[in-house]
Amino acid sequence: MQDVNLKITDRNGVTHDIVAPTDMAMNLMEVVRSYELAEEGTIGICGGMAMCASCQCYVKSDHELPEMSDDEDAMLAEAFHVEDNSRLGCQIQITPEIDGLEVELAPES
Amino acid sequence: MITTDILIIGAGPTGLFTVFEAGLLKLKCHLIDALPQPGGQCSEIYPKKPIYDIPAYPEILAGDLTKNLMEQIKQFEPGFTLGERAETIDKQDDGTFIVTTNKGTKHHAKIVAIAGGLGSFEPRKPLIESIINFEDKGVEYIIKEPELYRDKKVVISGGGDSALDWAIFLSDVASEVTLIHRRNEFRGALDSVEKVQELKNLGKINLITPAEVKGILGTDKVTGVVVEKKGEDGFIIDTDHFIPLFGLSPKLGPIGNWGLEIEKNAIKVNNALDYQTNIPGIYAIGDVNTYPGKLKLILCGFHEATLMCQSAYKRIFPDKKYVMKYTTVGGVDGFDGTRKEAPKAVVKAIQ
Repeated sequence: MQDVNLKITDRNGVTHDIVAPTDMAMNLMEVVRSYELAEEGTIGICGGMAMCASCQCYVKSDHELPEMSDDEDAMLAEAFHVEDNSRLGCQIQITPEIDGLEVELAPES
Repeated sequence: MITTDILIIGAGPTGLFTVFEAGLLKLKCHLIDALPQPGGQCSEIYPKKPIYDIPAYPEILAGDLTKNLMEQIKQFEPGFTLGERAETIDKQDDGTFIVTTNKGTKHHAKIVAIAGGLGSFEPRKPLIESIINFEDKGVEYIIKEPELYRDKKVVISGGGDSALDWAIFLSDVASEVTLIHRRNEFRGALDSVEKVQELKNLGKINLITPAEVKGILGTDKVTGVVVEKKGEDGFIIDTDHFIPLFGLSPKLGPIGNWGLEIEKNAIKVNNALDYQTNIPGIYAIGDVNTYPGKLKLILCGFHEATLMCQSAYKRIFPDKKYVMKYTTVGGVDGFDGTRKEAPKAVVKAIQ
């Protein structure tokens, strides 16, 4: 068991240093919600099924993240504000490999 | 004017189950929902996904849960105002309420139960400057009346089921259908994808991928759209209608202005007692409410609905004594004259 350090920039441009556990089967969207870095009701609307894109974020560091599933890829194909480094937070599991990850939350849409 | 005992705002699982619990107390319910079908998120976002924490169902698809709830409540003959959003609420001198929808439909009820989930589903609008100026002037986010497109030129954008299905449907109605998507791949039912391929081959659907609509042309109505393929210059497609179909997202909306205490985009309720809000006679149940320790789970919504109905009964009939009866003991008497009851045991000697 190990905690990882993350840098999460919220929708107001404020960067937070966050410590997240790797043994709780959490994903990045849930970490954002548990630290209340985005207003409830504006993130994780579908609950983490890759079906709403409300947890879209931009990956700022050069971590090698697990490949996108077809679901995530298709959802991002229909989301707004999408950039080349867009991912859905709900599909990024908190694992030791992502220690030091830096992300920025995409605007609410 | 529609009159009822309990007006339920939101026809998701919690709202639907409220009809059953109210029916046991002989209270009539009417539901309002912004979506055109009941089921809320379960039918709109994830009908084909399984849920594993509905008691006694090791696994049930969200769509089937909705279907079962509709079956369970049918004998209580709920009324529905679908495809309309609850807009305003007026408390009457006698303590009852009149709720009016965005289309002007009025509902008069003794009790209002807000089971609104994360809010009413609103179309997600693409980020195109000036799109708001063209709404209902050639830009429609939801297709309500397909005949509107008869012999017209139509551009649809989106990559999911609704974009595919409407492109297929309108290819027989409109004079020209163009489907634009940011990717070459579409996410939809296999037959829909194959059908669009076939119609494209027949020249009945003009498919442009990977591309995006970046601008809208016209003065008082849509006359064309600007389309850009990645890394290329934009080009113009003449069209009478632009229909962006990018799904729906829930917004708390007008309920937020009803004078209810709101915290974290949810309505504060008294969970120690009956899930009533700060306005007596208005309750909030399911995902839309909040209280210490709140969990947004369907099963919690069912519990909240049950207690809320008991409180509603006491509010409507303050002088009546009521003793809760098990359905196994009391049976279920529908408003449609049907009765469900446990079969009686046979008492017979064995020789």
